[in-house]
Amino acid sequence: MNEDTSRFVARHVQGLPCSGIREFFSIVSKMPDAISLGIGEPDFHTPWRIREAAIFALERGKTSYTDNLGLIQLRRAISDYVEEHFGLGYHPENEILVTTGVSEGLDAALRAFINPGDKALYHEPCYVAYHPCIQLSHGLGVPVATSAEDQFSLNPETLAKAWQPGCKALLLNFPTNPTGGVLEADSMASVARFAEEKDLLIISDEIYAELSYGQKHRSIAALPGMKERVLFLHGVSKAFAMTGFRIGFACGPAPLIEAMTSVHQYGMLCAPIVSQEAALEALRHGQEAVESMRQQYLRRRDYIVRRFNEIGLPCHLPKGTFYAFPDIRSTGLSEEQFCHRLLKEQKVAVVPGTAFGPSGKGFVRASFATGYDLLIEAVSRIEQFLQNLG
Amino acid sequence: MNKLLKLLLESENLSTLQMAEILGLEQAEVESELEKLKAEKVLLGWRPVLHPNVDAGNHVRALIEVKISPEREGGFDRMGERISRFDEVETCYLMSGGYDLLCVVKGANLHDVAAFVSEKLATIEGVLSTVTHFLLRAYKEQGYYLGGERGDPDKPAISP
Ligand SMILES: Cc1ncc(COP(=O)(O)O)c(C=O)c1O
Repeated sequence: MNEDTSRFVARHVQGLPCSGIREFFSIVSKMPDAISLGIGEPDFHTPWRIREAAIFALERGKTSYTDNLGLIQLRRAISDYVEEHFGLGYHPENEILVTTGVSEGLDAALRAFINPGDKALYHEPCYVAYHPCIQLSHGLGVPVATSAEDQFSLNPETLAKAWQPGCKALLLNFPTNPTGGVLEADSMASVARFAEEKDLLIISDEIYAELSYGQKHRSIAALPGMKERVLFLHGVSKAFAMTGFRIGFACGPAPLIEAMTSVHQYGMLCAPIVSQEAALEALRHGQEAVESMRQQYLRRRDYIVRRFNEIGLPCHLPKGTFYAFPDIRSTGLSEEQFCHRLLKEQKVAVVPGTAFGPSGKGFVRASFATGYDLLIEAVSRIEQFLQNLG
Repeated sequence: MNKLLKLLLESENLSTLQMAEILGLEQAEVESELEKLKAEKVLLGWRPVLHPNVDAGNHVRALIEVKISPEREGGFDRMGERISRFDEVETCYLMSGGYDLLCVVKGANLHDVAAFVSEKLATIEGVLSTVTHFLLRAYKEQGYYLGGERGDPDKPAISP
């Protein structure tokens, strides 16, 4: 009998890298007293009125499938919400698809739009799923490096240089996980012009939009002429502290949403109904809770960034998200060594920047979705770690 | 709102040194700011919020609705202030609706509270009537939910 069952695994799946995060996670999970700044989700519980809406939905017997596109009331609420917050007008009937998290929206989009061999540009360091999802849809990922000098924004010149024939799509994620970078108005305009010139479809993951700390978030879809080439992805996971509910949504031109719906209807059927009901409550009545959480992240950000700079880890001020991305090159350690030794010697977990792509080299990601007492303790342990390094 | 106050309201148990660290101030600045808030009676004090069941065998609490007659000068204030003077009265509010003052009264036992009401409170000139409700059990105390909600053991320690 042939024992090697891995022969059943498809080649393009075998080729996927093991996420650096998963590797590190298995170590941290064996250390119960470690302080983790490695968590990519809010430390807040979902606001009670949203949880209560889910309970009420169950009580009313909301246990069925829904329309493939999602509940029409939810799509209407999404339409109102993106209009109010981002100035984007999408029709609830055919321009909005409710997905099982932005994760599924991204996957469905790539599978709907990428032919085998099509190239997709993405700026990097970035969320861990982008490149693998491009590979899973048999596309080729074309990374565009961003750097601390540019505050990890997308430099239009670097983008133009990275472009190659065969590029069909451009993935954007601003504010960015893991760097907190944003795309300022002038760069955004250049990126938009570039997309028009090269006829690129933009897939814009704006999941951290509400967690912006400087100017109000602007979507590239709102620029003149862009709506026709932008797929806007958003969801309730981060801003509303609803990661476990698994609700996202895709908004875009009707033919694109229809293509994604084809993928979604066979791959997912619909997003879970109880979660859709909770998301409806969140979008209608969750604003106050979002703002209160944002204010708290903001104060934590100011604290942790100031402290990183004080203790000798240069750190730019992230303009969005709940991640700080300090530069650890002055320690002489690689980011992997830094993370492993910090965990072993001081029991603080941060994530190596290279888990988010090669240009995360020399950086680590520290989440400030953590209470003050733990943040203060973690930073003082990092300070101790640096002093011991000498 | 003052940023120190905001911080106090959203996270407890921080030392003045920790508050100073977070706000980027000197510890002495935080301390003098706190003194100022107290002097201005913005911040009334620093008491621990105890679970109502702590030492429950040794005290009872009652809400007392009090009807009073307003006075020509000062309305309800003189009476409100006078009743608030008693140590037994923990909290006292002027209310809209069916009665005038709501007092939270604490005593060693039912007897004690009853005696306070009938001998002290009800006998004050201007007090028209009282209704006493004893507290049986607490589910939430000053914003603290008393049913368990601990950290989530299933939440991964590292996530993307
Ligand atoms: C940039 C980015 N996009 C998408 C996701 C996944 O979000 P969802 O919970 O909506 O699937 C995350 C989660 O960490 C993220 O950081």
